[in-house]
Amino acid sequence: MTRALEAIGAWLLAILWILPLAYAFWTAFHPPEFATRFDLSAPLTLQNFVNAWNAAPFARYFANTVLLVSLILGAQLVLATLAAYAFTRYEFYGRDVMFALVLVQLMIMPDVLVVENYRTMAALNLTDTITAIGLPYVASAFGIFLLRQTFKTIPLELDEAARVEGAGPLRVLWEVYVPLSRPVYIAYALVSVSYHWNNFLWPLIVTNTVGSRPLTVGLQVFSSGDQGIDWSIITAATLMTSGPLLVAFLLFQRQFVQSFMRAGIR
Amino acid sequence: MNRANAQIHGWLLLLPAAVLLALFTHYPVLATLWHSFQSTPRGGRPADWVGLENYRALIEDPVFWQVLGNNLWFAAGTIPASIALAILMAIWVNGKIAGRGFLRLAYFVPTVLPMIAVANIWLFFYTPTYGLLEQLTVGLLGLPSHNWLGTKSTVLYCLMVVTIWKEAGFFMIFYLAALQAIPPSLGEAAAIEGAGRWYYFRRVTFPLLMPTTLFVLVNAVINSFRLVDHIVVMTRGGPDNASSLLLYYIYDVGFKFWDSAYASALTMVLLAILAASAILQFAFLERRIHYQ
Repeated sequence: MTRALEAIGAWLLAILWILPLAYAFWTAFHPPEFATRFDLSAPLTLQNFVNAWNAAPFARYFANTVLLVSLILGAQLVLATLAAYAFTRYEFYGRDVMFALVLVQLMIMPDVLVVENYRTMAALNLTDTITAIGLPYVASAFGIFLLRQTFKTIPLELDEAARVEGAGPLRVLWEVYVPLSRPVYIAYALVSVSYHWNNFLWPLIVTNTVGSRPLTVGLQVFSSGDQGIDWSIITAATLMTSGPLLVAFLLFQRQFVQSFMRAGIR
Repeated sequence: MNRANAQIHGWLLLLPAAVLLALFTHYPVLATLWHSFQSTPRGGRPADWVGLENYRALIEDPVFWQVLGNNLWFAAGTIPASIALAILMAIWVNGKIAGRGFLRLAYFVPTVLPMIAVANIWLFFYTPTYGLLEQLTVGLLGLPSHNWLGTKSTVLYCLMVVTIWKEAGFFMIFYLAALQAIPPSLGEAAAIEGAGRWYYFRRVTFPLLMPTTLFVLVNAVINSFRLVDHIVVMTRGGPDNASSLLLYYIYDVGFKFWDSAYASALTMVLLAILAASAILQFAFLERRIHYQ
């Protein structure tokens, strides 16, 4: 009896949770006059997507976001791998202090330091570039921490065996540590990509032209513009913006969930 | 490998990350402190040392107190609710329940969507007269029309709902991982002893989930001071700052009024709050070293 009630509760909650998205789909795929009317005989249309695509430079925004996300991820992986390797396998003066200083970023993320970081970007003459959006996030404490935890579980014997065979430190890293940590790299990549695809406040602050704006900022500029509030077009643009992540999530649901789990277990 | 080499190699490997961290995390913290003691340079007039002037302005600024109050209220409203829902979701999805795959998908989906995008959807939801909420309350239940986002007394709650909706599924994942690590033999033993499910949850599951709860709690606290994207889209802090949070106010002061000195003083308050929560976390972490 209670089991049945629980199942009903679980389903009601799930329906409530999916409702906003379902509502967005309804509005985006039907003509504007059905935006607030629910009629099962309403015709389906893709016109809202066409209108949205033509009303703002979304192609450029997409390209910017893809470029931004891949640059950040690539740089993060290289820097975090090197730093995590140093923290795991090297004894050097100040190692523990340095590690504590790295961990500071887990609490104080670049997201809250926008005022000073904007000043720095202006001084470096980098405002309104994709580099400026990504640079504060490139050294990721979270990535360093996660990889260090993983590298520590790799037996020292493997490391030493490779060195006996004459491999230098970087080759040991590349041929022993990196391949054995693959699942963690995938987990980190998924978390990083979804974070930066969705990031908004800092890109909003540091960009001001079409050439550097990512999708999130582009969407905001578009939907707060003065073409009048056409909800059908705005929801279509909204779905377009989240589309690639949503599709990737539906395809790789298991990996996504496992990645977020792995990233959280410390 | 000799010792001197290990020193050099270690530092060289760390160097790129250390430089960027110093430039975009440690330096800005110190620079914020420094700039909070100066005036904002304006029209060719350079910044002056003004001592505690910005902090005096802060204490006398009613908007600051209102925004700080909003933020504490916002944290108090969203954190327990999203944690409770996350535990409930995780227990449901972890058990034998019809349509488990769909349930997990439904709960988790808000996490992968950009806040800015879902804020647009929710804005539509809350729209006066023809939004979905109004259609339900006015059309179906016959209640009087209400401007949910335009009224001071309801706007913050509307934003809380969006945040809870966005975060609960994310936290669920961590609880799910923790639940799967609890040996099933515990549940079987409790069942043999005749313990009810609620008793089992209260006395076994919940205490075992404590480390996860602590981790989630810290994340939730940081998020409640860090995530203001939906405010930009839905309310711009209004009406009358009723929905403005601390970071949004910093954004307003720093990038709309371009008063960078005052924004620095406000940022120091935010940093102090984050540091305090970090210290609290470490105090608790000390007690659960066995878990690490």
